[in-house]
Amino acid sequence: MTKKKRNVVERDSVVVKFVGDSGDGMQLSGNIFSDSAAVAGNDLATFPDFPAEIRAPQNTVPGVSGFQVHLGSKKIFTIGDLCDVIVAMNPASLKANLNWAKKGATLILDVDAFDEKSIEKAGYKSNPITDGSLNSYQVIPAPITSLTKGSLKEMDVDNKTAERSKNMFALGMLYFIFNRDLKQAISYFEIKFKKNPRLIDINTVVLKAGYAFADTIEAVESTISIPPAKMEKGKYRDINGNLATAWGLLAASEKSGRPLFLGSYPITPATDILVELAKWKSLGAKVFQAEDEIAGVCSAIGASFTGAMACTTTSGPGFSLKSEAIGLAVMTELPLIIVDVQRAGPSTGLPTKSEQSDLMQALYGRNGECPVIVIAASTPEDCFYYAFMAAKLSMEHMTPCIFLTDGTLGFGSALFKIPKMADLPPINPPLAKPNDPDYKPYRRDPETLVRQWAIPGTEGLRHRVGGLEKENIIGSVSTDPANHQLMVDLRAAKVEKVADFIPEQEIDGDKEGDLLVVSWGSTYGAVHIAVQQLKAEGKKISHAHFKYIMPLPKNTEKVLKGFKKIVVCELNSGQFVQYLKAKFPKDNYHQVNKVQGLPFTITELTEKFNQLLEEK
Amino acid sequence: MESDFINKTIERSSVQLCKADFESDQMVKWCPGCGSHAILNAVERVFPKIGYRKENFCMVSGIGCSSRFPYYVNTYGIHGIHGRAAAIGTGVKVANPKLSVWIATGDGDSLAIGGNHFIHIIRRNVDVNILLFNNQIYGLTKGQYSPTTPMGRVTKTSPMGTIEHPFNIGELVMGAEGTFFARVPDNNLNLLTEAMFEAAKHDGTAIIEVLQNCVIFADKAHNDITGKDTKDENMLILKNGDPMIFGKNKDKGLRLNGTKIEVVEIGKNGVTENDILVHDQYDQDPGIQLMLAKLAPPKFPMVFGVIRSAMFPTFDDLVEDQIKYAKETSKIKCVDDLLNSGETWEIK
Repeated sequence: MTKKKRNVVERDSVVVKFVGDSGDGMQLSGNIFSDSAAVAGNDLATFPDFPAEIRAPQNTVPGVSGFQVHLGSKKIFTIGDLCDVIVAMNPASLKANLNWAKKGATLILDVDAFDEKSIEKAGYKSNPITDGSLNSYQVIPAPITSLTKGSLKEMDVDNKTAERSKNMFALGMLYFIFNRDLKQAISYFEIKFKKNPRLIDINTVVLKAGYAFADTIEAVESTISIPPAKMEKGKYRDINGNLATAWGLLAASEKSGRPLFLGSYPITPATDILVELAKWKSLGAKVFQAEDEIAGVCSAIGASFTGAMACTTTSGPGFSLKSEAIGLAVMTELPLIIVDVQRAGPSTGLPTKSEQSDLMQALYGRNGECPVIVIAASTPEDCFYYAFMAAKLSMEHMTPCIFLTDGTLGFGSALFKIPKMADLPPINPPLAKPNDPDYKPYRRDPETLVRQWAIPGTEGLRHRVGGLEKENIIGSVSTDPANHQLMVDLRAAKVEKVADFIPEQEIDGDKEGDLLVVSWGSTYGAVHIAVQQLKAEGKKISHAHFKYIMPLPKNTEKVLKGFKKIVVCELNSGQFVQYLKAKFPKDNYHQVNKVQGLPFTITELTEKFNQLLEEK
Repeated sequence: MESDFINKTIERSSVQLCKADFESDQMVKWCPGCGSHAILNAVERVFPKIGYRKENFCMVSGIGCSSRFPYYVNTYGIHGIHGRAAAIGTGVKVANPKLSVWIATGDGDSLAIGGNHFIHIIRRNVDVNILLFNNQIYGLTKGQYSPTTPMGRVTKTSPMGTIEHPFNIGELVMGAEGTFFARVPDNNLNLLTEAMFEAAKHDGTAIIEVLQNCVIFADKAHNDITGKDTKDENMLILKNGDPMIFGKNKDKGLRLNGTKIEVVEIGKNGVTENDILVHDQYDQDPGIQLMLAKLAPPKFPMVFGVIRSAMFPTFDDLVEDQIKYAKETSKIKCVDDLLNSGETWEIK
C-alpha cells in the first residue's frame, strides 16, 4: 500500500460519535479526542450516552454506550442534532445510532465485529456493510480488532488486554482524519497509566497503528481540518455540569465562610456531585452519605441549624422523598440548597435520560403554603455560577433554594473559562451577634424580611425552631389564626423579595416582534441556535431564556408584552407555560413540548417556530 | 457523679450552672401524670452536672408527645419531622462536634417511621444521646399500637389485640452494632439522671430506653415490672462491677449456666455470691449484655441501668480526623487551586 495525497477539507463544525459495547471504552476515546480538539483551540460540547445497566448483554442494542462530541471553529451551543462521523465498534451500536447520522456521514466500522452472530444479535437480517443498506453513507470498513491484535504481536500482550485497547486504534484513525497531533493522546496515556508504564506503550502502539492504517487506506478520501475558534483569552478547562455544580458549591462555601455540609444519597444522574464533593475534605467539605434520601436532606437541615452551608443533591424520585423535609426548612427559615438533576419520570422513569418535568414539583410539591427559591442552569459551565448563586440566595435570604439541572447538563461537557475566586460576588449570611439583647428567632430585616441565623454555641442566643407554626418575632409555638396568616404571608413575601436581588430578564433580540421564544434550563443551546437561524432569515423573532424561576425577574411581564405570540419550549408537557399563564394571563401563549428523554433538535424547533410565524 | 470523664472537645461552663438555667419559659403541655415530666426534670438536673456551657447543648426531636421536648428545655433546639430526629441530629453533630446533642424521641417516632435512621445512627456511632420514651403506644394520635406494644394488646387500631411481634429495643440496638444501651423506669429520678450522665460520658450513640407511662392511652403499661408491688422481684438494677442480685431480700441473682442465664437463690443448693454474674458494661463483646437486655418476667427480672457502654471510635471523630489529614496532605488548599488543577490550557 502506498500513501496517497489527500485533500484537506476545512469545516467550521463537526459532530463525531463513538459507539460500542458498554465495555468498549468509547467514553475514554471520546474524552481524549475532545481534549485534543480543545487544546487545538476548538470550542466544543460533549455528551456521554450510556445505558442504565452497567454491563448489558454484549453485542445487543441495550448494551450500547456512546460518546458524542460537537467541535467547531465557532461557538458551540449544543452537542449537535446529527452526526458527521460515527465510529461503531459492533453491529448493535451501528443499529442504535444510524438514525443520528447525517446523510453522507462517514461511518468507521470494525468489520471484525460484524460476524454472523453479532449481526443477528443486533437485529439485522443481513450484514449492513455488504447488503447495500449503507450506500448513502461513506463507509470506512476497518478490521480494527484484528489489526489491534496484530500491532501488539511482538509485545506479548494477552488477548483480553489487546481487545480492550482496540478503542485506541479507532482513536488513532480519527487523529489522522482530523489532522490531530498524536502527542496529545500519548501525554494523556502517560498521566493515566503512570502506575502501569506497559499500558502506556501498548496504547501508544495501537494508537499509532490506527493512525498509520487510516493514512494508507483508499477509503479515507480526504482529511478534515477545523481551525481554532475565536475564543475569549484566558485559561480553560473541560467541565461537565455535575462537576461544575460541585465546584460552584465549594466556591460558595469558601466565599461565605460557611463550611460545606452535603447530606446525600446516590441516585442517577446526580451521584457524581456527591462523589466529587467527597474528594474535597481538604477544603473542609463534610460529605455524609446517608441511609436514604430523607436522611440526606434531614442531616443537611440539622447542619444548617448549626451554621453550615448545607446541601442535598438528588434526582426526581429522591426529590419526591425530600418534600416533607424541605417544608421543615421553609418553616424553620433555614438555608438549604437542594440540587435536583432532573431525569425522565414519573417514578423510576428513564434514569439516564433527561427531562425538565420536575418544575412543578420544585415550585409547589410540598404540603401547605411552602414557597422556595427556584433557579435553573442552562449550560454545563453555568452550573458553576448558578450553584454558587443558589447558595448565595439561600443563605442571604434564609430560605431553601432548589437548583434545577438535568441529565443533559450533568453529564454534558463544555469548555469552561476558569474564573478567579476574587471575581465572584460576596456572600453575606445574616449571622446574629453574640449576646444581642434584641435577638428574637423571627425578628426580620424590614427590607428583606429575612430572619437572623443564630448559630448554636453562640452566647446569649439560645432558641428553638421547628415545624410547628411560630409566633411572629418571638418564635414560640403558636396556633393563633391571625398569626398563621401573617407568617404564611411573610414567608411568601420574603421569597418574592428575592426578585430585588437578581438581574432583570434579558431578551436576546428585539424587545418587540412577531414571536418571543421562551425557554429555561438545558434547552438553551438548541433554542438559541434555532432562533438565530430564523433571525438571520429576517424573521421578527426574539429569545428569552429564564434562569430565575421563583421569583421571576421583576421585568418578566414587560418582556412578555412586546410580541404577537409567545412560545414556551420545554422538555415536559408544559409546566413553565402553565406557571407563566397563572402569573401573567394572556391569550397568546403557545408551546413546544417533548417528553422522549431526548433534547430538542434545532430542526424541530425551527419548523415549529416557522409554523407559528406563518399562522395568522 | 464526677465530671472528669466528660468529653473534652465540648467547652465547659466557667460558672456552676443550675437547674433553673435550663428551664424554659414555655408552658409544658404534657398530660398531668405523664412520665415525660420526670424525664424533663432529670434532664434539667443532669445538664448542670455534666457541666458544658449552656450554649453547647442542642436538643433535637422528631414528632410525637416526646418530641415537644426541645420547647421545654432552654437550650438550642430543633423540633423536626416525624421519625427523622436521628438524621437531623447526625447533621447537627457532624457539622458541629462541639455541641452536646440530645435527641428526644418515642417508640413510634424512632422504631416505626424512623426505624431506618435509628439503626443507622447507631451503626455509625455518631456521638449523640437518644432519650427513647417507650410508652408502647402512639399518644399524640390518641392510642394506636406501636412497634413496642406487646403482642395481643387491644388498642384503637387493634380492637381484637395486636398480631405483631414487638421490638426489644436493647436487642435492636445491639443488633445494629450499638455501643451504649441503658434502660430506666420513669419513676426513679436517680436512675434516670445517672443513666443520662453515663450517656454523656460515653463517646458514641447512647440509647436510653425510658419505660415511660402514658396515663391516657396505655396507663400502667409497665406496672407489672416497675410498679411498687412488683419492682423488687421484677427489676434488677445493674451496676458495673457488682454482682447481679435482686429480690426483696437481695437473695436472688443471675448465674451463667452453660450458654444460658438462670435465676438462682443465694444460699440455696450451695449457691454463693461468688457464683453470681458480675456486670461489665464496658465489655466490647455484647454477648452477655445482649442476653441481659432480653430478660423479662415471668421467668426473669428485667434488667435496668447501663447494660452496655463499649468504647469504639465515633463517626464524628473519624470525620474530623479525615478532614484534618486531608488538609495537611492535599495540594489543593483553596477553590482557586481546585479550579486550576488537572488538565487546563491557555488561549491567547
